[in-house]
Amino acid sequence: MERMQQVVGQARAAFNSGRCRSLEFRLQQLKALERMVQEKEKEILAAIKADLHKCEPNAYNHEILGVLGELALAIDKLPSWAAPQPVKKNLLTMRDEAYICPEPLGVVLIIGAWNYPFVLVMHPLIGAIAAGNAVVVKPSEISENTAQLVADLLPQYLDRELYPVVTGGVSETTALLTQRFDHILYTGNSTVGKIVMAAAAKHLTPVTLELGGKSPCYIDKDCDLAVACRRITWGKYMNCGQTCIAPDYILCDPSIQSKVVENIKATLQEFYGEDVKSSPDYERIINKRHFKRIVGLLEGQKIAHGGQTDEASCFIAPTILTDVSPESKVMEEEIFGPVLPILTVKSVDEAIEFINRREKPLALYVFSNDKKLIRRVISETSSGGVTANDVFMHALVPDLPFGGVGNSGMGAYHGKYSFETFSHHRACLIKDLKMEVVHKLRYPPGSQKKVDW
Amino acid sequence: NPYEGLVRCLRAAWLSGKTRPMEYRVAQLEALERFLDEKKQEILEATGSDMGKPSFEAEFSEILLCKNELHETLNNLSRWMKDEHVYKNSAGVPEGLAVTVSPLRRPLNLPPGNCVVIKPSEMTKNTERLVAEALPSYLDKDCFAVVTAGAQETTRLLENKFDYIFFTGTPSVGRIIMTAAAKHLTPVTLELGGKNPCYVSDTCDVQNVARRVAWGRFFNAGQTCIAPDYVLCSLEMQEKLLLALSKTIVDFYGSNPQKSPDFGRIAGEKHFQRLQELLCSGQVVIGGETDEAERYIAPTVLADVHPSDPIMQEEIFGPILPIVPVANMDEAIDFINSRERPLVVYAFSSNDKVVNQVLERTSSGGFCGNDTLMHVTLTSLPFGGIGSSGLGMYHGKFTFNTFSHHRGCLHRYMGRETINALRYPPYTQQKLAMVRAAAEVKRKGACTLL
Repeated sequence: MERMQQVVGQARAAFNSGRCRSLEFRLQQLKALERMVQEKEKEILAAIKADLHKCEPNAYNHEILGVLGELALAIDKLPSWAAPQPVKKNLLTMRDEAYICPEPLGVVLIIGAWNYPFVLVMHPLIGAIAAGNAVVVKPSEISENTAQLVADLLPQYLDRELYPVVTGGVSETTALLTQRFDHILYTGNSTVGKIVMAAAAKHLTPVTLELGGKSPCYIDKDCDLAVACRRITWGKYMNCGQTCIAPDYILCDPSIQSKVVENIKATLQEFYGEDVKSSPDYERIINKRHFKRIVGLLEGQKIAHGGQTDEASCFIAPTILTDVSPESKVMEEEIFGPVLPILTVKSVDEAIEFINRREKPLALYVFSNDKKLIRRVISETSSGGVTANDVFMHALVPDLPFGGVGNSGMGAYHGKYSFETFSHHRACLIKDLKMEVVHKLRYPPGSQKKVDW
Repeated sequence: NPYEGLVRCLRAAWLSGKTRPMEYRVAQLEALERFLDEKKQEILEATGSDMGKPSFEAEFSEILLCKNELHETLNNLSRWMKDEHVYKNSAGVPEGLAVTVSPLRRPLNLPPGNCVVIKPSEMTKNTERLVAEALPSYLDKDCFAVVTAGAQETTRLLENKFDYIFFTGTPSVGRIIMTAAAKHLTPVTLELGGKNPCYVSDTCDVQNVARRVAWGRFFNAGQTCIAPDYVLCSLEMQEKLLLALSKTIVDFYGSNPQKSPDFGRIAGEKHFQRLQELLCSGQVVIGGETDEAERYIAPTVLADVHPSDPIMQEEIFGPILPIVPVANMDEAIDFINSRERPLVVYAFSSNDKVVNQVLERTSSGGFCGNDTLMHVTLTSLPFGGIGSSGLGMYHGKFTFNTFSHHRGCLHRYMGRETINALRYPPYTQQKLAMVRAAAEVKRKGACTLL
């Protein structure tokens, strides 16, 4: 507790010194971060491999590429993002200056997750630094190698007082959450999300919660099944299913269920070969606890493909379940593993109704050649984001906000939205002391004439 | 759960989709405008009985500003609702079921496209009753409900799941609301308060300053979240300001403000008592008279107030203006920064540099240089707090955005699968090199090796 107070207190004093206000300082820090990612690429990839059994090209694609892109965008756009924005004036304020001034919030807290341990800490950090804040970074202890690396590297490249890294588990995080922050961005599950928000409420701290849910994937009869299934397979089994926006389950007509299974099987063969376990491109489940949880979901299910597991290495083969009942355990919680249930629905109406009966998901996927159908599914459902005819890709567009709604989260970030999330938009009106005659209209004594005018 | 049935019905109405079309929303907004027009007299009378609000003030702050919001919304709704194309994406999807817990004074802005439970403040009984009785006959009862409730019932109301909660009130209740919202992961906007400092530099037209500060402080008998709470100035300026304020108060309200139709009363016995006790801070130089029967407190100015005085420990929310002498602008800025961030910071000076210094070196919800209250009349400016003065913002388009979910949407083509092949396993260094080249956001000026 004392240690947390000290760390946060130091960050606040550093923020109050005013040194992170200037754009030059912020750009300098962002460029240092960029150098860190470039110079320490090998170490970062090695840490991610140790945590998730993720091969280099995969780790580079998932964790480094996006971060470099986000850094380049922030460095390029910061001057325009941080500039005051003049607003439309009315008759009374015609001669005044009226604008919105983006300002830093103060000391913000970023709590990362273990599934993409580097990018989920870096992405928000970039926005928070760009917006001029001090940042306390708390990487997930479950991805311990990456957490330690972040703790070692950031102080080597960034201002140590402004951007401290705190490592630790539940008790350290709980202690951290008793401190006062000016914004908290948390990535993780809804249960802890509620705890974070309740802690934030004590200090009236605004929060951005990037949570999860069961992201549905509707496959229409009218679509190129081979292409659709390849894209779904890629998204579902990437990172061994441990992606917040992975297609969680499929909804499709009973008549295409077996074709869907065949196509996914064929794609799995293309991607990972005959023996998935020996493919360097297939990851593992993060730890025994999650391994057991996911294996438990397979109980009583019809396994159309896969199902092999190996506890020693936390290996679960890419698995497909068919004719899944909506009431079964695998449909109760976010799977976060390489298990893909297929549920049959007789029409798009049924699919929409099914989706709407459940909590709002982080992502929604729909595959169809029929543009009208796609628009209908989008307009009649709610989700954090949508990709039609593919998976994940909406999260990779820098100009799109990335965030949930309802149980899947609140707030958004990525690109400019990160900057805005970590900024206060201060309304400013500057008048001059002259022209008093205009103001006389509003002063008492009042009269009907004044009001009518 | 006494409100379960109500919330369930509203949610069913929401799921039916009837609030989504623009025509429906426009019809409801137009009905709200008719409510303001047809019930204008009743609104003025209700606010008059609740807190002696002069009809000029009521018309300005309760009706005019609301109508401005309505017109702004009606004029722009179709544009706001449109998909915002970035890379073929869409935005502005309504959230679902929102509850707004409304203030003493302003009738609320309806979040367009949502179903809404409205809980007016129980402290202003007449306005509460008017809203509860009249509003339902203008708006669609399936989608908009007014609930009258005190603290206990509001707690029960908050046990239900809403898709958004909008609250205007005090920081302590704000914490309770956000804690309740956390149980359902409901996002919130909290419009709270604090002590809004008003720095007056030595170089200024004192009489104009006095008028603008007095207008902001005594409007609605001081019961405005953005009222200038206290003044910071030099001892020399304090002298000049006291004279100017004295004259201004007589100009505004006559020599006996209790008889002026343009000066309000305190809403509630509890607040009257609270304010009476604060009068012991500093020196009463102007005003100080009170009349419990009418809940009247005279427009009052206190001089030589000390930072540790009782009146400097809480948001005043009444017609009392303390002046706290400081040596200079730097001391004023340090003073402001050593306290909780307020809803608004005011600075008065004929020297632009002074106004800008105060702006740049402090933090607050909003800022107004050389005037008070006026920044909220511009619907193009966001209105909200920071830190303990609130989170989130609204007014104009910001209201629409607050009650909307901005859904990032990407439509991809089924074709061009060969390009996608780069991202699929099995991974090779060659694929990686091509991906790096194709996907990186290049820095301007960086050269690309072909």
